[in-house]
Amino acid sequence: MSDLALRNLVKSYDKTQVLHSINLDVADGEFVVFVGPSGCGKSTTLRMIAGLEEVTSGEIEIGGRVVNNLEPKERDIAMVFQNYAIYPHMTVRKNIGFGLRSSKLSKPEKEARIDEVAGILGMTDLLARKPAQLSGGQRQRVAIGRAMVRDPAVFLFDEPLSNLDAQLRTQMRLEIKKLHRRVGNTIIFVTHDQVEAMTMADRIVIMKDGHIQQVGTPDEVYHKPANTFVAQFIGAPSMNLLEGTVEDGAVSLTGGGSVPLTQVKVAEGRAVKLGVRPEDLHLATEGDTLFEGEVSVAEPLGAETLLYVTLAGREIIATGPGRNPPKAGDHVRLSADPAQMHVFDAETGAVIA
Amino acid sequence: MTATDTQIRATSAALLEGTRAKQRRSLGQTIRWLLLFAGGIAMIMPIAYMLSTSLKWPYEVYNVGLIPEEPHLENYAYVLEDGRFFGWFINSLIIAVLTTVSNLFFDSLVGYTLCKFTFRGRQIVFIAILSTLMIPTEMLVIPWYIMSQSFGWLDSYWGIMFPGLMTAFGVFLMRQFFQTVPDDFIEAARIDGLNEFQIYWSVALPMVKPALAALAIFVFLGNWTAFLWPLIVTTDAALYTLPVGLSSFGDEADVQWELIMTGAAISTLPTLIVFLIFQRFIIQGVAMAGLKG
Ligand SMILES: Nc1ncnc2c1ncn2[C@@H]1O[C@H](COP(=O)(O)OP(=O)(O)OP(=O)(O)O)[C@@H](O)[C@H]1O
Ligand SMILES: [Mg+2]
Repeated sequence: MSDLALRNLVKSYDKTQVLHSINLDVADGEFVVFVGPSGCGKSTTLRMIAGLEEVTSGEIEIGGRVVNNLEPKERDIAMVFQNYAIYPHMTVRKNIGFGLRSSKLSKPEKEARIDEVAGILGMTDLLARKPAQLSGGQRQRVAIGRAMVRDPAVFLFDEPLSNLDAQLRTQMRLEIKKLHRRVGNTIIFVTHDQVEAMTMADRIVIMKDGHIQQVGTPDEVYHKPANTFVAQFIGAPSMNLLEGTVEDGAVSLTGGGSVPLTQVKVAEGRAVKLGVRPEDLHLATEGDTLFEGEVSVAEPLGAETLLYVTLAGREIIATGPGRNPPKAGDHVRLSADPAQMHVFDAETGAVIA
Repeated sequence: MTATDTQIRATSAALLEGTRAKQRRSLGQTIRWLLLFAGGIAMIMPIAYMLSTSLKWPYEVYNVGLIPEEPHLENYAYVLEDGRFFGWFINSLIIAVLTTVSNLFFDSLVGYTLCKFTFRGRQIVFIAILSTLMIPTEMLVIPWYIMSQSFGWLDSYWGIMFPGLMTAFGVFLMRQFFQTVPDDFIEAARIDGLNEFQIYWSVALPMVKPALAALAIFVFLGNWTAFLWPLIVTTDAALYTLPVGLSSFGDEADVQWELIMTGAAISTLPTLIVFLIFQRFIIQGVAMAGLKG
């Protein structure tokens, strides 16, 4: 059993509190991604789990043991850093083997383990090279190898892909996911890229300003965002948010227009924000028009076209067809299935369900 | 004026401009070369005189001429056969090597600690170390002497070496260089289970090799050529370092410059060797830094 638990975890630097009572349970073998904007405390949380940062208050449990006061090496974790942190003066073999220095394995066992890891990562031919002779992707693989070689209970990744170019990033994303399926260790992965989070995670932890906003599967955080922050952070382009008040069982939008409220019951007169994803907002056929406006920009993406539509003085994003889409300046009518819309409290931003 | 005419004018103007630019450039070049040449001469002259004097007979020593009238190697034979010279050479070598090793280890250890650990008073310690750089050696000589006298360190290797075993400059240099080592490396090593000394020794130190090489050159040269303190702390000729020993060639009435210069010429050899060995690391280090991601 090697699950990880964070209990009321708090971190302060001097008098500024940067993490506010983080609670999280991670099951054995789970792939959990921490995502959030810069400065929200993702790295700090990860580094506290690793033992690189002291815990101000609260508890960290790994495999049922409280590890607050254990050294990093005693916590049964391994970490992969953003800029690889592989040692430039050592060969790939030595770098990978570095994690085994303090292990009790015999020399041949260690060598066999290094070869095995190199095999899994497809680096067998590169073992004799120095990091300077490797590409960025290969360096990152060495860093992963060094973490894998010890077979830790928990892998910690801090934005390991952000130094790679877009194509390589997609490829490494896939490789790490495959690797996880193969080795099955628990993974905590930090990123600020929501696409990475969505594609890799079993569960996503969305953070902002040192608070957890929502924890859920990619499906949950996408389709059932807990608040406007999550709603806008996950998904690209961002969810449209339209302000309004509830009148006669419908949301009467500020600046004109009204959308019937079918999915939830909201008290009359309550100020709300209506959320609708661009892909749920499409050109109206007959009769079901919700909004009308003028296209200011049309961005063709091939399969579809993003339409930036100005309505009642604000811009919202809708999706048009890939073929014969409306052009800039065209007047369009838009509609959406009310069931696909989200209603948030205008003040707190929390979802009304 | 036709179009082609204008074109021709424009082209020739451009050509002319080009030639002028070239002339300007070559003038700048000439000045640069002249300055370098002057600098080179200023550096080489003393060495040339040293070599030339070492080949002269005593009667010729005060002639300004650079080419000896009767060049000969008798001085070299004399100096090398003189047992004292060899002893001084060994003294200097032991002292310079030990001091260099000590500086490489302790300066980097302290520099690393000041750079990579946060602790109360770190800044104060660092500034205190730096401020000792402002005190000239001449001022320290008397306290050192009193210290040596009361501890009984006069006329010993330790007495010659102790003031230079660690230098503020070295600590400063190493601290600055350790700042270029990303913390991630240190943290990665910590997670890999190394203790703090192992991290310093097998992760951080190899990454600042160029700085170590530079420090080695500075410290070795500094100690190899040190004169004032070794002169003061030693009275026993057997413990003289080379510069002190060489200056003792001759007596009050007659300084034997040709022998001193011969000894000096021989004594530059180790410094050359040290420089050739360590500068390779410096160049390597620079090349490596250039390749890094
Ligand atoms: N050593 C420190 N001293 C003081 N404040 C710190 C320190 N380290 C981090 N912080 C603060 O803690 C907060 C969280 O930082 P953290 O590095 O965890 O952010 P992050 O979510 O990883 O952001 P990024 O995506 O930019 O890496 C930030 O506001 C940061 O300024
Ligand atoms: Mg971070």
